[in-house]
Amino acid sequence: MADELIKPDELLSKIDHRPSGAGWMDTPVDIRKGMYCYAANPKSVDTLGLPNARAWNPLEEDWKLPENWQQIIHDGFRERLDKFRSFKVYMDICVRCGACADKCHFFIGTGDPKNMPVLRAELLRSIYRNDFTTAGKILGRLGGARPMTLDVLKEWWYYLFQCTECRRCSVFCPYGIDTAEITIMGRELLNLLGLNIDWIATPVANCYRTGNHLGIQPHAFKDMLDFFVEDIEEITGIQVDPPYMEKGADILFITPSGDVFADPGTYTCMGYMLLFHYLKEKYGLRITWSTYASEGGNFGFFTSHETMKRLNSKMYAEAKRLGVKWILGGECGHMWRVISQYMDTMNGPADFLEEPVNPITGTKFENASSTKMVHISEFTADLIKHGKLELDPSRNDNKIVTFHDSCNPARGMGLLDEPRYVLENVANNFYEMPANTIREQTFCCGSGAGLNAGENMELRMAGGFPRANAVKHVHEEFGVNMLACVCAIDRAALPASMEYWVPEVDVTGLTELVANALIMPGEKERETDLRGEPLPGMEE
Amino acid sequence: MNKNYMVSLIAVIVLFLIAYVGTQQGAGLQVLFGIIVPYLAIILFVVGFARRVMGWSRSAVPFRITTTCGQQSSLPWFKQAKIDNPSSTLAVIIRMFLEIVCFRSLFRNTRMRLSGGTRMTHQMELFLWIGALAFHYAFFAVVVRHLRFFTEPVPIFVTLLEQVDGFMRIEVLYDIVQAGLPGVYMSGLVLLAAVLYLFLRRVFIPQVRYISLAADFFPLFLIVGIALSGIFMRYFAKVDIVAIKELTMGLVTFRPSVPEGVSAVFFAHMFLVSILLAYFPFSKLMHLGGVFLSPTRNMTGNTRQVRHVNPWNYPVKVHTYDEYEDDFREKMVEAGLPVVKMPEEQA
Repeated sequence: MADELIKPDELLSKIDHRPSGAGWMDTPVDIRKGMYCYAANPKSVDTLGLPNARAWNPLEEDWKLPENWQQIIHDGFRERLDKFRSFKVYMDICVRCGACADKCHFFIGTGDPKNMPVLRAELLRSIYRNDFTTAGKILGRLGGARPMTLDVLKEWWYYLFQCTECRRCSVFCPYGIDTAEITIMGRELLNLLGLNIDWIATPVANCYRTGNHLGIQPHAFKDMLDFFVEDIEEITGIQVDPPYMEKGADILFITPSGDVFADPGTYTCMGYMLLFHYLKEKYGLRITWSTYASEGGNFGFFTSHETMKRLNSKMYAEAKRLGVKWILGGECGHMWRVISQYMDTMNGPADFLEEPVNPITGTKFENASSTKMVHISEFTADLIKHGKLELDPSRNDNKIVTFHDSCNPARGMGLLDEPRYVLENVANNFYEMPANTIREQTFCCGSGAGLNAGENMELRMAGGFPRANAVKHVHEEFGVNMLACVCAIDRAALPASMEYWVPEVDVTGLTELVANALIMPGEKERETDLRGEPLPGMEE
Repeated sequence: MNKNYMVSLIAVIVLFLIAYVGTQQGAGLQVLFGIIVPYLAIILFVVGFARRVMGWSRSAVPFRITTTCGQQSSLPWFKQAKIDNPSSTLAVIIRMFLEIVCFRSLFRNTRMRLSGGTRMTHQMELFLWIGALAFHYAFFAVVVRHLRFFTEPVPIFVTLLEQVDGFMRIEVLYDIVQAGLPGVYMSGLVLLAAVLYLFLRRVFIPQVRYISLAADFFPLFLIVGIALSGIFMRYFAKVDIVAIKELTMGLVTFRPSVPEGVSAVFFAHMFLVSILLAYFPFSKLMHLGGVFLSPTRNMTGNTRQVRHVNPWNYPVKVHTYDEYEDDFREKMVEAGLPVVKMPEEQA
């Protein structure tokens, strides 16, 4: 793959942010290799019982659509206008001021005008005007309306899967128009015709059946954690023993399965295991894992609201079955959007759980009193604040760290200072990226919302450019060599982006840094960090 | 030539001429343009606006999808961004107030540049914010000033606004030109300048040009037409204000009449205003109403603390734990994972 991929310089030199030529309605879609993801595997679509499961290829003329596909889209559109005020209002009120245009990482990285958030939405609005408004019906193209054709459908598909639902544009929109809402509705409509991408459909099917996106079956899940147990023992001399589905445990822990599967997420996973072991040994806190609810993330969110709800249901169901007091959630981006803004509404009320209290510090997590799910950064920050963790931040001294806010915790929750507080307590060298690229203005990794595939690498690198460019800035300015984040997609996506744009920078989860610094009771003198790299002063 | 703005420009000119010619002496359409069209326009505006807003209100708000633009309410030692990530209704009201009155999100606007083709920078970009503020407030001032034509006696706030608005006359005009001219209202000039800016950015900024529709140019030209005809009447044509006020008062008191001496320019002016009113509910101008109903802005961000109810929430098919265990029981037992039913109990 790497040899086919366009070189960074070449990618940059291609970008022209000044659209020209024929109007956008007269520019037909060109589905280009490297920019799109493969079509959904029919088996996966079938597992969920979603419509029109069949093999198809985006590059072929015939997409094997149902006969009445236009009617399906029209009816689906109407239904969603009634069900979602956001959708209806956002179809109507955009004034096309253009403030959103250069806020999108995909527009910045590709220069493709249809990646301007406003135009991405216009792709749907043009059909909305044609089908549902008087002015559009009378004025036609002059009124910005156009009929739904196969070309339009293909254009939808291509560009709705070039949006990562990061919501950066919605911060700048004077009406708060949220392109994520547009993309979510558009993808729902596409799913009515079976037009999902495989990088979403297959994880969803896996998650439905095995409990996690990667399709890891229960015994294999335990095997993988056992493997980390061995690594942890080698590095720290401590034998950890993570409990599984322990009835009556205090807390159920759920994190994205990506962290048990691939580096560098695995180190974050080891970090969780060490932290929980520490809390058990010192304070008797029992935190259990589950293989049934072994996925924090929710690619159903990238499919439809209904699919999101189907996958998410396992969290509360498992917490109820095990009789825990509350749920602790690991580091993940869109997982926290779902938990923060959807879960309680969809699958609550969680009246069988207790309002979360940290039994070690007595702190009430009042902001989670209804959802009953606490973010690991909130939890760790509370432990640190009360001096409940013995830490040696100097063990992270060879890491010069910057922090990447993940889109969803930033703009769909507001988790900004908690991870920074943790970071500042476990590492001595922390530098912020420029203000316009962090916190609520953070840039997406470029691969969110299910676009983290291999075949669309050019798109991902283009979309990852703004984030990487800000990292490059602090790398050159302060010698930053480590990019910390609280998102499993980031940990999967950013290493590729860093390798492409800023090869000297590595990616880490926050809890990995916590565990490096955490002085375990009875540990041997550590010589390496969780990655097996020598600690500062142990390089010999 | 850009088709989108040429079509809009021509449309506005034609509309102007229709009313202008139609109300010349002899054409005799004064009643149409002075009474019937304005009433129809008002009805269309009120009914259309209300229907639009009610249409939005009828749509459900299934989820609380607030765009959080700052620190959440969390542990006590983290300072919450109370306005940008609001937890209370009051904070939401303040957030909305700042948004609607100060265009706060637009104030955040930045301009991205790739310097040297490789280094991304974001500069503060306030022109759009200033232009938008100037436009909306000037428009608002003009509308309020016009209340003088629809009220008797004229309320004090209208007179006050006129005085403030006309305060700048000496600084604006040369002595010679000022002689014989009434006080110049800043609002009219600012409105024209702001509209011109908004038009020029649509023409000259490539990205904005690319996304602009005819529907973006039409209201701009319409407003230019309204402003120019108004300015022409006030400063140059010396129209019969008494007759005009008689007409407008007739409209609001539902005793419509067309007095002698009302000039054709006035009918054209009022016709363009009528078009604007009638066009309003069917266009993007409805952002006036929609901005209040945007779910990312008008809701609190504390969804984890206060449960939001979805009116159409429905049960979905899920994969239960029992089904899961049935699928994997043997493997789970073999791996030493706890199960609810042991395999031999199955049969």
